[in-house]
Amino acid sequence: MLPDSNGHFGVFGGRFVPETVIPALEELATAYERYREDPAFCREFQDLCASYSGRPTPLYHAKRLSAELGGAQILLKREDLNHTGAHKINNALGQMLLAKRMGKRRLIAETGAGQHGVATATVAALAGMECVIYMGEVDIARQSLNVFRMQLLGAEVRPVASGSRTLKDALTEAIRDWVTNVDETYYLIGTAAGPHPYPRIVRDFQAVIGRETREQCLSEYGALPDLVIACIGGGSNAIGTFYPFLADGVPLIGVEAGGKGIDTPWHAASLTKGRPGVLHGFYSYLLCDEEGQVQEAHSISAGLDYPGVGPELSYLRDSGRLEVRTVTDREALAAFSLLSRTEGIIPALESSHALAEAIKIAPKLAPSQRIVVCLSGRGDKDVQAVAGMEGKSDDGD
Amino acid sequence: MTGIERINNCFTGRAARKKCLAAFLTAGDPDLTVSETYCRAALQHVDLLEIGLPFSDPMADGPVIQAAYKRTLSAGTRLGDIFAMAQRLRTTTEKPILFMVYLNIILQRGLVRFLQEAADSGVDGLIVPDLPPEEADEILGMAHQRGLGLVFLVAPTSTDERIKLAAVKSTGFLYCVSLRGVTGVRTKLGTDLPEFIQRVRTSTDLPLMVGFGISGPEQVRQVTAIADGAIVGSALVKLLAEGEDRDENLRKLGEFLSALKKAAE
Repeated sequence: MLPDSNGHFGVFGGRFVPETVIPALEELATAYERYREDPAFCREFQDLCASYSGRPTPLYHAKRLSAELGGAQILLKREDLNHTGAHKINNALGQMLLAKRMGKRRLIAETGAGQHGVATATVAALAGMECVIYMGEVDIARQSLNVFRMQLLGAEVRPVASGSRTLKDALTEAIRDWVTNVDETYYLIGTAAGPHPYPRIVRDFQAVIGRETREQCLSEYGALPDLVIACIGGGSNAIGTFYPFLADGVPLIGVEAGGKGIDTPWHAASLTKGRPGVLHGFYSYLLCDEEGQVQEAHSISAGLDYPGVGPELSYLRDSGRLEVRTVTDREALAAFSLLSRTEGIIPALESSHALAEAIKIAPKLAPSQRIVVCLSGRGDKDVQAVAGMEGKSDDGD
Repeated sequence: MTGIERINNCFTGRAARKKCLAAFLTAGDPDLTVSETYCRAALQHVDLLEIGLPFSDPMADGPVIQAAYKRTLSAGTRLGDIFAMAQRLRTTTEKPILFMVYLNIILQRGLVRFLQEAADSGVDGLIVPDLPPEEADEILGMAHQRGLGLVFLVAPTSTDERIKLAAVKSTGFLYCVSLRGVTGVRTKLGTDLPEFIQRVRTSTDLPLMVGFGISGPEQVRQVTAIADGAIVGSALVKLLAEGEDRDENLRKLGEFLSALKKAAE
């Protein structure tokens, strides 16, 4: 079973943070060990997933899209139908319950696209806890709707002006807050990354996606899917979708943001183009230069705009279990439009990356085959930005 | 003399209740040449010099040092230049020189190459704020082979067990973080500092240096009354960043450090 007791997935993972927060990580690991199989805790989590978030989410057969592509059947795992509009709520609910049992009264989080910030602000409101969300200034500008949603939910959104002013800087700033207010604060990390035990905790709470998908496939079609695809930023929807399929041998494809192309500096493809290193408390693939300075990632999708990737995905890729591909901004936009037109579902730009890969692969497979795509979130938050982009001329790539 | 010996020697006067003052300066701020003159000046006054290596994402540092690292990186300072600077400083002093460096800088250079270059440049040891003792065994062995020390940090949140673990692996002294938080200038020390230092004392015989948030002579006096020395960083970086003229900065730095030194004694 991975990770090992020090949080290592093979050589990846671990715990590389300032000493001040290490005791808090140990406390968290102990609490998680205690509650993860506690019947009352699990029941409360499942009840909230069902009655508050609307789980199980459907596995929807996208017939018009499949027909349009003329190959394999596309099955969409509808995480966009969760309360707050993305898979992020699964993990936020689970960690909020942990925080409450640990006696913390304040939740902090980082956010990129704002989906995790909204999910955290939501569970903070649900639990009556104080909430501070760190968000890069660039992301605040491109996701203003989510900023307003977080404020409406009673959270304070703190703009981060350092570095590239995106998700990576928001994460760094959230860690600084945690180092300072560690006694009463719970740091609710939104992706399957960060120091041990976060990658494991986030994976376990998100694994509900893959478990349901697996059961739905078996009961509806009597067979496992032929291929499972998810997008990878930090990797929480990907590991949550993939994890229950690891033992099955079902082919898994993770899709990274290729931005303006992986041979340009403007992408977020850490597994494809990065090197192993340490950022934000864990060892994994990372976009950085040969002097160790972290590079700014680029993606049209704020949620994928991160120069690192969760350690378990690095491990799965290097061990050959996971295949990783990239999709450009332009391909993701095309998938965004295609799904909207053929199915009446506006996907998040993050999920559009996974969809774009399915669009490439489906025509090469037989109509009897099935591809599951994790539709991690809905695209309402992106509509304004996409409208702005379509108004502009060619972006030059 | 090896780096480990130099760091240890720094505390040999401890029996005579001699207190140690350490300065932290960032390499290459505002550029390498000027920062080298600041380092030389600091070495006139202090017992130990820490040189901060710039990193794009310094999560243990507050706004003052973040801004300094940003200036350094914008000025185009490269790792090779910093090693060369350390080598020049080495020819002028037998006082310990330590690098404060985030782990990714070391990893991307290559563990062996980084440690060898540090040792060859006359650097005596490393402080790696994001390397906890339980992840440090590989790097520790390779550093010691080259005579390089590794200094570990303990914080008010550290358990007694973790303090002992850090003490066993630390070279020369333990770096006691005075507060819950990142580096930066604070007006007051944490109220639980004496109790924390007392707790560390019962876990180890190593000398204890206190850093983070120490901004002036009064705090140095308070800290050296209960510990073996004080580390001053952001206050110096801030003073140098606010000044416009190099010579004026050198004068102010000298004055400030001699006041701190007096407070330490």
